[in-house]
Amino acid sequence: MALCRSTWLSTLFNKAPTIAASAFSRCNFAALIAFSCLYIMKSTEELSGIAQQVRRDIVRMVHAVNSGHPGGSLGCTDYFVALYFHILNHRPDGFDMNGHGEDLFFLSNGHISPVWYSVLARSGYFPVSELATFRKLDTRLQGHPTTHEGLPGIRVASGSLGQGLSVALGAAQAKKLNGDPSIVYTLHGDGEIQEGQIWEAAMYAAHHKIDNIISTIDVNGQQIDGPTEKVMSLGNLRAKWEAFGWTVCEMEGNDMAEVLKGLTHAKSLTGQGKPIMILMTTSMGKGVDFMEGTPKWHGVAPNDAELANALGQLTETLGDY
Amino acid sequence: MLNFEITGSNDTRSGFGAGLLEAGKRNPNVVALCADLIGSLKMDAFLKEFPERFFQVGIAEANMMGVAAGLTIGGKIPFTGTFANFSTGRVYDQIRQSIAYSGKNVKICASHAGLTLGEDGATHQILEDVGMMSMLPGMTVINPCDYNQTKAATLAIADFEGPVYLRFGRPKVPIFVPADEPFVIGKAWHMHHGKDVTIIATGHLVWKAVEAAQQLEAEGISVDLINIHTIKPLDVDAIVKSAAQTGAVVTAEEHQLIGGLGSMVAQALAVHQPTPLQMVGVNDSFGESGTPEQLMKKYGLESQDVYAAAKRVIAMKK
Ligand SMILES: [Mg+2]
Repeated sequence: MALCRSTWLSTLFNKAPTIAASAFSRCNFAALIAFSCLYIMKSTEELSGIAQQVRRDIVRMVHAVNSGHPGGSLGCTDYFVALYFHILNHRPDGFDMNGHGEDLFFLSNGHISPVWYSVLARSGYFPVSELATFRKLDTRLQGHPTTHEGLPGIRVASGSLGQGLSVALGAAQAKKLNGDPSIVYTLHGDGEIQEGQIWEAAMYAAHHKIDNIISTIDVNGQQIDGPTEKVMSLGNLRAKWEAFGWTVCEMEGNDMAEVLKGLTHAKSLTGQGKPIMILMTTSMGKGVDFMEGTPKWHGVAPNDAELANALGQLTETLGDY
Repeated sequence: MLNFEITGSNDTRSGFGAGLLEAGKRNPNVVALCADLIGSLKMDAFLKEFPERFFQVGIAEANMMGVAAGLTIGGKIPFTGTFANFSTGRVYDQIRQSIAYSGKNVKICASHAGLTLGEDGATHQILEDVGMMSMLPGMTVINPCDYNQTKAATLAIADFEGPVYLRFGRPKVPIFVPADEPFVIGKAWHMHHGKDVTIIATGHLVWKAVEAAQQLEAEGISVDLINIHTIKPLDVDAIVKSAAQTGAVVTAEEHQLIGGLGSMVAQALAVHQPTPLQMVGVNDSFGESGTPEQLMKKYGLESQDVYAAAKRVIAMKK
């Protein structure tokens, strides 16, 4: 496993930043993007392998502190891996808050921090060993993502639901003002869009023609108190977002090939005067059979036996932290 | 001689508008957002000069705070504009999470604060905003007193890195702060030196305090007059030094007594220099409709009230 990581991952992350930095120093956004895309291309099989490891990280992290949110994290793992290891043009080494010339990602449903932390570490933002500090005193890996402790890769605190879309829209507008053609990505829970601020932001994005944003809703049909249909039915999500002036796509979120296809397609729709929304169908708890499809594992950690069971279903592809 | 020349009369929000335009000229990263109150906030001039750096957000203040936080990611310096009520209470969690806790360089600019909003009544007269904003770790809270000081404060916060709450008001009030008076965030303006009583005032109450001090001085009572424009971080040093010298302190503000300037001065004095204290402010009450003048009188925020508080506190030290 260690060999695997030291070959392609170190090739990727030791060389990329230097060249990226020189591209950026000339403020040549186009050159930087062209370069990064070439470098980060990875096969679907490789990405699925990374996803296996990320799922192991998630269950191990929440087990270690007997708290955290494994369900949504597991469901969104394929999306995160596709984004950070294939889609995003970003600089994991030498994190810069302003992210000039980089694509940005905002996690609005901050409670699925385990999957984000794992993917950030595995893609080189901070040492993988730091995942062992998740939710522990003095950690940079707070229960919900924050900028307060200076964890590389995080640009705003999230977890109080409904706020991430507004922040991402501001960041997208700053990119336009700066002449930066990069794209801003966001992820939201389906329960989260019950928050009114989401719809304020939805209206704002269309009005201001913010077409450098690709938002995704994790449509797993679950929230803490049960199925969204029972708690507060979301109605016709496609019709709602289209009525708000967004271009709406749909995507199967637990099939790596489909995720890659969906994100690539969404990218091709940017720059056309409309914000883009992907409705991503996932299964909460995906990859661990006893956690799948139920809100029971929204915010509950596995015990020792359950952890062993879960790890038995997930291949250690990159080496556990 | 306790004498300040009145050079005119204008609303503090116009000082903000002028400062914002000037800040925009000085720094291309200054941007502005407004929630359907461009005219009330005097943001027209900035909009006209820099339309591409101005963002109308409609009646959606929560979104405005989030968008402002996002604009800082990319190096912008956003100034948000709406009434003080909708700048704070309505969006407290957005400010707490996306701005304060995230350490974002957003300038929350809030007009029509306090009773002097007038006839619209208590729904719009926020008297708790200073308390709410001051409780947020890392938040700077500024309440300037006239047109010149508001303009100077607006320019100062544009150059300052970190979240700021800037509170100003609706009515025309005397302009008495010299246009060249330096504005230093966190530093009290020591307006007059005296030895019998300290009067500490902020916002619209500063001019009332000047009038009260003139009356006291005419009676032979020597007044140490301090303008606290930056309520957080509080210039504890200036307050404690003055209190040690006079042995009696009065605070005056257009805000609830709980959580405002008076509370913070009381806390500083209790810890560092226990001193008899009287506070002028709104005493655990909502406002109501009326003219600004009527309301200031009814709720005890006139120069006579500051004067009376000074007399009370002087009696306390004997
Ligand atoms: Mg859900």
